[in-house]
Amino acid sequence: MELVQMQKSLQDYTKSLFLDGVLDSQFLQLQQLQDESNPDFVSQVVTLFFQDSDRILNDLSLSLDQQVVDFKKVDPHVHQLKGSSSSIGAQRVKNACVVFRNFCEQQNVEGCHRCLQQVKKEYYLVKNRLETLFKLEQQIVASGGMIPAMELGF
Amino acid sequence: MGMAAAEWKFHVLAVDDSLVDRKLIERLLQKSSCQVTTVDSGYKALEFLGLRQGTESNDPTALSPSPQEVNLIITDYCMPGMTGYDLLKKLKESPAFKNIPVVIMSSENVPARISRCLEEGAEEFFLKPVRLADLNKLKPHMMKTKLKNQKLEEIITPSNDENGTVAAVEPEIKDSVEMEIIKMLPIQSETEPKRVLLQVVQQEEQMLSNNKRKSMEEGLSTDRPRPRLEGIATAV
Repeated sequence: MELVQMQKSLQDYTKSLFLDGVLDSQFLQLQQLQDESNPDFVSQVVTLFFQDSDRILNDLSLSLDQQVVDFKKVDPHVHQLKGSSSSIGAQRVKNACVVFRNFCEQQNVEGCHRCLQQVKKEYYLVKNRLETLFKLEQQIVASGGMIPAMELGF
Repeated sequence: MGMAAAEWKFHVLAVDDSLVDRKLIERLLQKSSCQVTTVDSGYKALEFLGLRQGTESNDPTALSPSPQEVNLIITDYCMPGMTGYDLLKKLKESPAFKNIPVVIMSSENVPARISRCLEEGAEEFFLKPVRLADLNKLKPHMMKTKLKNQKLEEIITPSNDENGTVAAVEPEIKDSVEMEIIKMLPIQSETEPKRVLLQVVQQEEQMLSNNKRKSMEEGLSTDRPRPRLEGIATAV
């Protein structure tokens, strides 16, 4: 595929993530922090997010599977995931966490189980999309091209 | 001291239990030309500063094991064990560290929390996710400390350098207020600089109280003693 073609694909793909609400403007903030001195900043932070989230989701599954659910353990995990997803711009994950916390507050086990499924679904979606995005970027760089700056006028 | 002005960087200690947020605040601060140290808890922050539980001495020179002083502390509010508020209180209770400006960050917009922190002595309260624009609020603190350090340098090692302080100021300063200050810096005489600096610093303090992030409620009183500048406001 031609370089210009790849760059256009990347732009369209990124745009779709914003239009679908998978990412919000915080992700743009991350991109602004990336420069020649820190060329991999976005993928580094996002990788940390993936590692952190995998761990949290695992802990959450364990906590909710207990005979007696300890909401004092569950809520801080969700709070943490809400925070980190907000920090990287993973809007749908963050929103799912907000709903999750409401059910925690109500001590609604059934509701929490449903929320966990929803959070997982949104998380795997954003993870998948971002991994695709990084692959597209890598292909462009490997072909000697530059990553086009994100146009904000959509 | 012997440190050239160009080498000195505003040193921020960032405290956050979230790995992602630590990475983010570190990059934000670096992008704002700060030197950054990150720790993951209030306990580690106190350790870094040299304040261990129950072993605090009143001799400031004996306290900190760190080679460089900390010019500002920015901390998350919600942390397990010691919250950002707890850390703030401990710092304000410490004679050695109560004058270090503290900024609190939180993902939750709770007016009572914000006002409590400001009343306890926090300089600013940032809502997460923190953005580059938020860090611009730290610029007055950075300028003030930089000017103070530069002047201390000159008082300790007076020089006949005809370039004066203007050359030492970093060129990327674009803010018009900062340009105002730079214009005031050229030294006319021996006694002139100290008086000029005092005026400049008073302007900065005025700016600081104007820029302060207020709580959501109106009419919040921020009656606190303003930090006094020692060693510079000498008789001219």
